[in-house]
Amino acid sequence: MKAESPELPHEIMELQMGPSHPATHGTIKFNLKLEGEKVLDCDVEMGFLHRGFDKSCEQATWTQVIPYTDRLNYASSLINNVGYALAVEKLIGAETPPRCQYIRVIVSELARIFDHLTCCGMAASELGAITVGFYMIEAREMITRIIENLTGARLTVTYVRIGGLKHDLPEDFAARVAATFTTIRRLLGDCDSLLSRNRIFLDRMSNVGVISKESALDHSLTGPILRATGVDYDIRKAFPYLVYDKMDFEVPVGSHGDNYDRFLCRLREIHESMRIVEQALKQLPVGPVWIDDPRFVLPEKEKVYGSIEGLMHHFKIIMEGIQVPAGETYSAVEGGNGELGFYVVSDGGGKPYRLRVRPPCFIAMGAFAEMIKGYMVADIVPTFGMINMIGGECDR
Amino acid sequence: MADASPQLQHVQDKLGAKILSASEPQGDDVIMLDRAGLRDSFRQLKEDPDLSFNFLSDITAVDYWQRQEPRFEVVYQLVSLTNRRRLRVRVGVPESDPVVDSLTPLWSGANFLEREVWDLYGIRFSDHPDLRRILLYDEFTGHPLRKDYPVNLCQPRVPERHVDGTFVDERSKNKLQRLQKTLAKKH
Repeated sequence: MKAESPELPHEIMELQMGPSHPATHGTIKFNLKLEGEKVLDCDVEMGFLHRGFDKSCEQATWTQVIPYTDRLNYASSLINNVGYALAVEKLIGAETPPRCQYIRVIVSELARIFDHLTCCGMAASELGAITVGFYMIEAREMITRIIENLTGARLTVTYVRIGGLKHDLPEDFAARVAATFTTIRRLLGDCDSLLSRNRIFLDRMSNVGVISKESALDHSLTGPILRATGVDYDIRKAFPYLVYDKMDFEVPVGSHGDNYDRFLCRLREIHESMRIVEQALKQLPVGPVWIDDPRFVLPEKEKVYGSIEGLMHHFKIIMEGIQVPAGETYSAVEGGNGELGFYVVSDGGGKPYRLRVRPPCFIAMGAFAEMIKGYMVADIVPTFGMINMIGGECDR
Repeated sequence: MADASPQLQHVQDKLGAKILSASEPQGDDVIMLDRAGLRDSFRQLKEDPDLSFNFLSDITAVDYWQRQEPRFEVVYQLVSLTNRRRLRVRVGVPESDPVVDSLTPLWSGANFLEREVWDLYGIRFSDHPDLRRILLYDEFTGHPLRKDYPVNLCQPRVPERHVDGTFVDERSKNKLQRLQKTLAKKH
């Protein structure tokens, strides 16, 4: 709620919030100018997790970059993998087989559910709804188990490869997903009845951190923050990639652009993502998951150990990297927090000449001052929570 | 270009001589714009109802050191939400005068993105309201994404010392002395 200051003598207080603050679950610092409890100005200081992602990628081969992308938004590393692989494949001019595309859609949506559950669960528990936090972490844990069963890792998965996938789905995948989704729907129903009409939660969330439609577009916001203002811009619908055009799903939009709408948008997106996964599993075609092009695909182990050509081929791909033709391209996917774009420049060698990530939460932090001006210090907690700033992606 | 897509042809007709070249690699629409009068070109791209590239998606830069002239290229990704089209705009920036017009008057979102380009590439944006470093700290020297910045060059913010108290390098020692001097002045 907008704070009304009575006519009292006052002076402006400067407060530094962070970089290691219980409410900033990510290393970031807010330099606040306060008039009492009211935020007059907020200067966001970031970069505490800067590790030179772009520069590191320029030293690695195209394939070695994939583990780096895991560490961008580590709540949805599968989407980062898919986004990067799509950008490089666009430069190569390769299109993966249908089964690979369906599996990529399935894993992207699982990662999106993971991301939204993290965001909503954390934001709710920071506002005192710790039960909801636990329910959502329980649901997230079930998604993590599916991902672990599929890839062998819980967070930094490195599942997608340029031109394919590490391996096909395990046999019991569909059954596991069906069982998990039943439980997640029940848990989300509980969370919904606990929170969505809860007076305390509503007071903290609704009409807080409001940003108008025009201002959101002006600040280049994407993802649930933009959709909460009523703009139905979703890359999966606007510029369909993979097989999203064959899926039947809705893009939830809000109307006020406040934290409550962002929360509801994310909750509804979890349901839509579950629908997409179920459709994709139903339509999943049979076939290979790798493109049929020996220039980009590692040979079978029998060939590597059984023939000199296979060994040389393996050695070349590992030591020199796959040879991506010279050029530049931009490819975007819908990440958990918004448009996750990869701008790739190749000079024709085995390493990227330049790799740029468009980080959605870095850009959202640019609009944070606009969102929080005029509200109270305590409103920073839900507003920052609903941005879902992930240090790995924001600071790169 | 005779075989340009209707969309790209349309942009070329509208902007005319401001476009230095246009191409369509991998089906993307890419134009190369003149650095002079850049903000006006973008204003036209944004506000012309036929073009309406009203959404600025990204700003970044590429360093083509010892490969081509001009050395830098600033790359903008625009989206037209009404026409569902993308457009990539590239602007060449020479090393001797690394300045381009800031787009902050047109899009507030350009603020952080331009600060990042300044931080990592050292390209200045004229009329930017608050051109400070963003990912790195103020004391950092150089711009690390330039190709002539060595990968393994360390600039520790806190002086590095071994367990026995000796300094890892001379620079850290100087830095600590400087810090102590400034602290002594304050107290």
